[in-house]
Amino acid sequence: MTPTREQVLGWLEEVKDPEVPVLSVVELGVVRDAMIDRHGGVTVTITPTYSGCPAMRVIEDSIREALELRGVAQVSVRTIFTPAWTTDWIPESAKAKLEAYGIAPPGPAVADDELFPLRRATAGPRCPFCKSPRTSLRSAFGSTACKALWVCQECTQPFEQFKAI
Amino acid sequence: MSSPHPALVPALLRIADDRLILGHRTSEWCGHAPILEEDIALANIALDLIGQADLVLQYAGAVEGAGRNEDAFAFFREATEFRNALLCELPKGDFGVTIVRHCFHGLYSTLQWEALSRSTDATLAGIAAKALKESRYHVRHAGEWVIRLGDGTEESHRRAQEAVDALWPYTGEMFMQPADEADLVAAGLTADVSALAVPWRTQVDDVLRRATLTVPDGVWMQRGGRDGRHTEHLGHLLAEMQIVARSHPGAAW
Repeated sequence: MTPTREQVLGWLEEVKDPEVPVLSVVELGVVRDAMIDRHGGVTVTITPTYSGCPAMRVIEDSIREALELRGVAQVSVRTIFTPAWTTDWIPESAKAKLEAYGIAPPGPAVADDELFPLRRATAGPRCPFCKSPRTSLRSAFGSTACKALWVCQECTQPFEQFKAI
Repeated sequence: MSSPHPALVPALLRIADDRLILGHRTSEWCGHAPILEEDIALANIALDLIGQADLVLQYAGAVEGAGRNEDAFAFFREATEFRNALLCELPKGDFGVTIVRHCFHGLYSTLQWEALSRSTDATLAGIAAKALKESRYHVRHAGEWVIRLGDGTEESHRRAQEAVDALWPYTGEMFMQPADEADLVAAGLTADVSALAVPWRTQVDDVLRRATLTVPDGVWMQRGGRDGRHTEHLGHLLAEMQIVARSHPGAAW
């Protein structure tokens, strides 16, 4: 039986990001498309989040495994770089899941005009735990390539934010 | 791809090797940075740089079509076959040297990736557009540190100024356009790095002015890395970077 594109993308909703297991690779925007050929073979097009993201190979293997479990005989995964991945592709519903999981979602990925502002013009994320807006950036980098480290001034809880990029 | 231009692989190696060598150098800070946040930041920057090198080396292997993959380029070339700018291979130095170098090379990187994102080569343009976002994030981190160190305490100012003085002779090479890339530039495949010198200097001057740091006068600019003539430091770096792959050739992990 030849699956439809919608079916394949639905199945891929079960493949989670290994480092942010609350988001699927579709919600994350890593999966760009799925093409089904006339023999039922599937080609999934993906794009990396960060150039050095060590999770990409795991994601590729998981996609292959998930589709093979659904009976797809021929799975190929193709990587593209254009258009470049942006956190703006993460839908609002997925951002809510991130916050519920304890990771502040990314704001809009705006290109700052000034390269070295020292002070940030845009407001920081609210604390995903106590929802206070009084938060401060602790480190622009975090435990994975896609996150930054913040601390809540209200409840003193450190938390991570998905970097807007 | 139908018969790629013979200069394209060397040109890709110049782009990739800067990031590979600087990335490896930066990884030496892992577990040694002055504060935990900086340890994490430098490890992240190193990871992104090595990731960028990985993508460009994969592409270089595909263009070359001789069966070399990214690992073959990274682990089985000798020092004289590397094409990185000398700036990238210098020892990591203190935190001042590390941050000033990331600022100098990072500003060059943002300009180079931006120019390469308009390459007529779609693969290179795609990699560049992606790397540009990461590069802007890195250079912001470095530049803000340069301002804080330069305009900080007497000690941090002294060290930051010493770093600027020590690294300045290695900045000119980034803008020396390799002669064998003339056709590639004319075809819009790669960027003319000599055109990046003026915008780079404007940005550097802005950072250094805010950091109360000065550029040394009348400095002879070192060169050689783009043609495979390196400082002794590269060999030592490669010895460490390549030993596992060379001790266990063909191993996969």
